[in-house]
Amino acid sequence: MRIPKARGELSEALAAALQEGTAPAELADVAATDDADRHLSLWTLYELSYRGFDGVDDELEWQPELLALRHTLERRFEAELREWFSPPELGEPFADALFELIENDDGASVATFVQREATLDQTLELLRYRTIYHLKEADPTAWVVPRLTTGPKAALMELQYDEYGCGDPNRLHSHLFVRGLDACGLRSDYGAYIDDVPVEVLVQNNAMSLFGLHRRLRGAALGHLAAFEATSSLPSRRMAQGLERLGLPTEMIAYYEEHVEADAVHEQLAVRTICGALVEEEPAQAAEVAFGALACLGLEDRFARRMLAEWGAE
Amino acid sequence: MKEHFDHPDVVVCPGGPLLLRGEHVIEDAEGRQHRTSRPVSAVCRCGKSADQPWCDGTHKVLPDKLKP
Ligand code: FES
Ligand SMILES: [Fe+2]
Ligand SMILES: [Fe+2]
Repeated sequence: MRIPKARGELSEALAAALQEGTAPAELADVAATDDADRHLSLWTLYELSYRGFDGVDDELEWQPELLALRHTLERRFEAELREWFSPPELGEPFADALFELIENDDGASVATFVQREATLDQTLELLRYRTIYHLKEADPTAWVVPRLTTGPKAALMELQYDEYGCGDPNRLHSHLFVRGLDACGLRSDYGAYIDDVPVEVLVQNNAMSLFGLHRRLRGAALGHLAAFEATSSLPSRRMAQGLERLGLPTEMIAYYEEHVEADAVHEQLAVRTICGALVEEEPAQAAEVAFGALACLGLEDRFARRMLAEWGAE
Repeated sequence: MKEHFDHPDVVVCPGGPLLLRGEHVIEDAEGRQHRTSRPVSAVCRCGKSADQPWCDGTHKVLPDKLKP
């Protein structure tokens, strides 16, 4: 992937540092122009830990000045997330309470719009934005595995194994999306559309990396996973119906149909066996699970509201 | 340190599907056979899934008295 196009002074300075292979200490003093600049910078720093960038030294992943910048950006972002999404205390039994918390959320939905009225162009636009996560589907959660004790670790792997195609690369969920993109005539190379995505997509993606890359935030990472899985089956069915209505290729429809069925399983696993086991072994993580779940739902709501407003659909 | 963890082959989810671990062949009401294809499968218990015999999450939008 190429280094993303700068969106302000900070991402500009960061791109220059990556190209030169050295991060000047002054980088920490560059103020972000706006949220898009700040979140693109954080996204770029995170990407050094996923797939890196063409022509950028892999050593920079652990470069102290870049880590310091990442830390500064993460501190502010986490504080914002905690301010926006402060969860109620979950009752008992835990799984029912977590399902209820998720079900009570009535955020905006792009899937309902795609099902009924989105144009072909609007739908392709949405698919391009979805590439940012779907091409690294399940990866941010994979960071969490070694940080868990036996019960939740085994439970998480039971779900992740399915996301990763049970060892069959042809069934890997991100690969199913690649096949869908290719069939639609869209680009399927990793990060291809990063320059086009609205800031809301960067924020969603950064929240997953933030939760995944910090052991301290393991509860939030798993709560995010639970909310993601528990709001996927029914919307995936709507997406599949919308794609069919628009005559889009079967490969892309198949990606969403797979998620109708897989996520009906995954939501049970994520809520009951994964988060359930985590909270059984670490009761103090319950509030973090709820925080992560609300962050997942709330950030998707922001993205959906932005898109629906842009499409004149509100 | 816990030495034994419960890991049942069949789990009834309250108000939701039946989880099946491992490989199984399920015969539906019409006598058609369906082979499981993932490590854990969710079999619909509410009868309302559009993807029988598998759960598709529809049970969540049913009124309480129709939930399994
Ligand atoms: S049990 Fe989930 S749809 Fe029937
Ligand atoms: Fe998936
Ligand atoms: Fe899933």
